[in-house]
Amino acid sequence: MSLSDDEIRQLDGILGHYPDRRAAAATAMRIVQARRRWLSDEALADLGAYLSMSVEELDSLATFANMVFRKPVGRHIVLVCDSFACWSLGYAELRAAVEAQLGVGMGQTTPDERFTLLPIVCLGACDRGPALMVDADLHGPLTPVDVTGILEAYR
Amino acid sequence: MNTLDTSGWERPFSRAMQPDGRPAVIDAYVAAGGYEGLGRALRELQPPEVTQAVTDSGLRGRGGAGYGTGRKWSTMPLGPGAPHPKYIVCNGDEMEPGSFKDRYLLERNPHLLVEGMLLAGYATEADAGYVFLRAQYDRPRANVERALAEAHERGFLGTDILGSGFSFNVQVHESIGRYICGEASAMLNALEGQRPNPRARPPHMTGAGLYARPTVVNNVETICAVPSIVRNGAGWWHSLTESPEGGTKIYGVAGRVKRPGCVELPVGTSMRELIEDHAGGMLPGYALRAVSPGGASTAFVPADGIDVALDFDSMEKALSRLGTGTLVLLDDQTCPLGMMLNLLQFFAQESCGWCTPCREGLQWAASLVEGIEAGRGRPGDLELLADQVWFMGSDKTFCDLAPGAMQPLESALRLFHDDFERHIEDGKCPYPRSGSDAPAMRGTLW
Repeated sequence: MSLSDDEIRQLDGILGHYPDRRAAAATAMRIVQARRRWLSDEALADLGAYLSMSVEELDSLATFANMVFRKPVGRHIVLVCDSFACWSLGYAELRAAVEAQLGVGMGQTTPDERFTLLPIVCLGACDRGPALMVDADLHGPLTPVDVTGILEAYR
Repeated sequence: MNTLDTSGWERPFSRAMQPDGRPAVIDAYVAAGGYEGLGRALRELQPPEVTQAVTDSGLRGRGGAGYGTGRKWSTMPLGPGAPHPKYIVCNGDEMEPGSFKDRYLLERNPHLLVEGMLLAGYATEADAGYVFLRAQYDRPRANVERALAEAHERGFLGTDILGSGFSFNVQVHESIGRYICGEASAMLNALEGQRPNPRARPPHMTGAGLYARPTVVNNVETICAVPSIVRNGAGWWHSLTESPEGGTKIYGVAGRVKRPGCVELPVGTSMRELIEDHAGGMLPGYALRAVSPGGASTAFVPADGIDVALDFDSMEKALSRLGTGTLVLLDDQTCPLGMMLNLLQFFAQESCGWCTPCREGLQWAASLVEGIEAGRGRPGDLELLADQVWFMGSDKTFCDLAPGAMQPLESALRLFHDDFERHIEDGKCPYPRSGSDAPAMRGTLW
């Protein structure tokens, strides 16, 4: 069992919000991922047992969702909005600046494990496009020269 | 019956909003007349009377479908024989590209949502509510959770609310992603911990929804409209606008305009007024080419068609849909095929894969447009695309995702026909902003 006592305490705490264990699956995966950044096969198996779900059932949710990570990711997640609004307002230039700054492309993690760069469906901030998010922070509208200053703040 | 003073209520969605953009906390909300609709309902109105007020207001689903809200509520079974628990689910998934009004409401006026959920719950005799929020709405989620805690503290939420005997609780659920979760029946599967494929209908969700219990699913803005309607009455709601649809709405403009953003205006405000007056018109050096009026699944409206009222019926006559009412503008230096390609790539990526026309057809349509945009178009491609518009049209797929994708494509083939022809004939794209800078990650498992 790889789930820590603290994780199990947190998981027990949310079960009461849902009519059954399975309904807690999404939130449960978030809780475990928050500490570990991503869900290993072992973590998923343990979580499946906790939720009374087969590992296949849980993995079908995990791999369908775009915010559950089944591969290692960095300490900070950079999401670059690729909606048609941001696309028309300078997405390509913004993305190129982020990739140049980080030295990695979409779907990759910097060697120091500081950042993982991912595309994201419309952030609902079209009036602030082109936009990106770093962890829970929304940034926009941005020009390529803004990128360095923004990323520097995330150690 | 309405003897309340309603002066100063011309902008019910924005009334309590703070000038600095921070969320209205409970004191500011109550000072602006907040929770008076709830108080009135619990004191004076039977549940069906609340539904009747919403029906009389003409309020239609602000997520974009435009279904009558009161009509939906009135199909919930009431009384001692009704199955329980019954649920209210607020759709705050807002993942359709070009939709950005629910974020605005959730960030600035979260108590409006809480009061609306309570009223929807009271009207339908529901037991519990869920606010389903997309991932990435961290700030909206924090605001809603704070508003729920404040409402609980003041006795607006929980057991025996304001001594009325009505009890109701609301839980926030943060999605782990994917656009299809915004489809109402897929959302219920997501809430149950099932894979979020859409469900077959019938049964309708008000008959068998979450856990097969009667469930209303309403968009954030729809729910936020309810408190002022219940407080001030349907007649007042209709007095706010000349549009037969009544009320006000959060509109938005994004693109190369001077003042992009969201604004509350009477329903039926013209598209031209929204773009030219409220958004300040186009930036110097850019001209308007077309408008995506309300999300990625709405048909483009050409620049010479913007003298149209932004309400559901008028937009249908303009061969499009109101959708979310948040405009994304196509300017004259951006390739319309490039924009269309971006939209198709989005829909192809977000197909849940359940039904064949959507899973296979969207990829095919995207690859055809990609080829034309890259200069590899062939004679016959446009006829093939037109066929796909028909094959993936309404009622040929399991849900509305692919038909939604076909609405902009149908309009693009109609409005930008010369551009498509020129791309094929010249073998290249003539625009400064072009191409499919298609994200390399599309379709990659994470």
